[in-house]
Amino acid sequence: MQTPSSNSVGAVTPQTMHFDQPLDFRSGARLDAYDLVYETYGTLNAARSNAVLVCHALNASHHVAGWYAAEPDNIGWWDNMIGPGKPLDTNRFFVIGVNNLGGCFGSTGPKSTNPKTGQPYGSDFPVVTVEDWVEAQARLADRLGIARFAAVMGGSLGAMQALQWPLSYPDRVGYALVVACAPRLSAQNIAFNEVARQAIVTDPDFHGGHYYRHNTLPRRGLRLARMIGHITYLSDDVMAERFGRELRDGHIKFGYDVDFQIESYLRYQGDKFSEYFDANTYLLITRALDYFDPAAGYGDSLAKALARAKASFLVVSFTTDWRFSPARSREIVRALLDNRADVSYAEIDAPHGHDEFLLEDARYHALVRAYYERVAKSIGAGA
Amino acid sequence: MSATLTPLRADFALIESWIVPGSKVLDLGCGDGTLLARLKRERGVSGYGVDIADANVLASLVNGINVIQSDLEAGLNTFNDKAFDTVILSHTLQAMRNTKPIMEEIARVGLEGVVSFPNFGYEKNRVQVAAGHMPVSEEMPYQWHDTPNVHLCTMADFDRFCTDLGMQVIDRRAFTDNREIVSGDPNLLGALAVYRFRKK
Repeated sequence: MQTPSSNSVGAVTPQTMHFDQPLDFRSGARLDAYDLVYETYGTLNAARSNAVLVCHALNASHHVAGWYAAEPDNIGWWDNMIGPGKPLDTNRFFVIGVNNLGGCFGSTGPKSTNPKTGQPYGSDFPVVTVEDWVEAQARLADRLGIARFAAVMGGSLGAMQALQWPLSYPDRVGYALVVACAPRLSAQNIAFNEVARQAIVTDPDFHGGHYYRHNTLPRRGLRLARMIGHITYLSDDVMAERFGRELRDGHIKFGYDVDFQIESYLRYQGDKFSEYFDANTYLLITRALDYFDPAAGYGDSLAKALARAKASFLVVSFTTDWRFSPARSREIVRALLDNRADVSYAEIDAPHGHDEFLLEDARYHALVRAYYERVAKSIGAGA
Repeated sequence: MSATLTPLRADFALIESWIVPGSKVLDLGCGDGTLLARLKRERGVSGYGVDIADANVLASLVNGINVIQSDLEAGLNTFNDKAFDTVILSHTLQAMRNTKPIMEEIARVGLEGVVSFPNFGYEKNRVQVAAGHMPVSEEMPYQWHDTPNVHLCTMADFDRFCTDLGMQVIDRRAFTDNREIVSGDPNLLGALAVYRFRKK
């Protein structure tokens, strides 16, 4: 499976780009200056035509592939997809991963110091939208001398960015790979996000989002938020197969500590997450998910919203994904078909639910590989 | 027994001749995308293939066509009315359960339909039935117990079917061994039938 030492991009180093040009957010808020942390893999060709932007989802970062020399176990979140000879082949493409604004892995976000107060922004950091992220990514592309991406790719919330790109910048994207996406959240999706947010903001250690000042972290809230999120990433089938009703200690204990393995697993995931992820970033990113709705400005017509896209699209969904089910991807496909866009759609019968987009499924990877062959041909870099 | 994989299929050449250059084509059950890729190359069409099988979706992507993975039995609800000049259903109808609905869907999303299927009325099939056996031929290379075909018909049956559905047959041809039947009764001499029709 994932053997980072074989065809991996190897040891990588994140870079930071500082921006002094103010960025106006969709909310009306403005950030006068900010940093974006990013990684690149492969080589930008002389024509600057082989760049691919990989957008991250809720809890990921700019660390898409490879590992860090000082932390060999810290492997990029999409390392099985990106590398030399992999579906997104870094021998051909120049791949960029960016930590989005509002993130907690180095780009300016709630943890960063607000120059106006000398304190961390905390909950004063503006609510960021998918459109704002795309804007920031476009500015990074400008600075890297990339006028047009050969492709923009993402899964889940990352896929929303990949979908937004051809809307924000129709002439700057050749291909959009939109995996496990939805054109906007359902009431149920928003409901799950709201429970997660309530878990965080009602944690006594949250302190209205200014927990940094109190030298504490709302770990309990973040842990619960992650547990809830995690349930939605997995399918019923895979939970049944992996945990079933298996008991951790072999017998029930007539109490409220861990009896079932699934409880142990969720607590472990929650604990791990609450140590490395920032609660304000979690709030902000779930809001970005809630607010994403390209059709809203077009009389709720996704077809009208997508009319300005010029890119070619590959849309991929997974049959057991109930968070963003295949029906949600088909809404996107239908809107693209209404516009006679270049679109291909694959619905992969796979067991793992929403998380499947991160896994190494042979059919899924073969499709992405075949699609990048097409992208490569379009820029004269075919095999 | 690889009739459906023959690269120079005569019915493809015929279908190509029916396609207006630059028109919009939907190829249902597109397989590996050979026909649509050919129409794209030779006729400059735009359009999509539709297939349910993972391997065919991948092969179509490799062949450079737009492909939508979808189950034809569930209809074509991702496509708008009259979105295509021609909707093709090649070598697929006989393997479908919802025969009438797919014909109606073809007529809904396309101005014209093109359907090809193995002609059960072909003389070699009749001879095998007369001899007491289910026919096995190049166009129907399956034993009765492992065939994907569930709705086989003759050209005479399909003529009546079109009439019943209010479809006007614009053209109908028959082929055997990749050669068109130009004289005699196509329902007797043709192993493969190709119809071009539109809703009246």
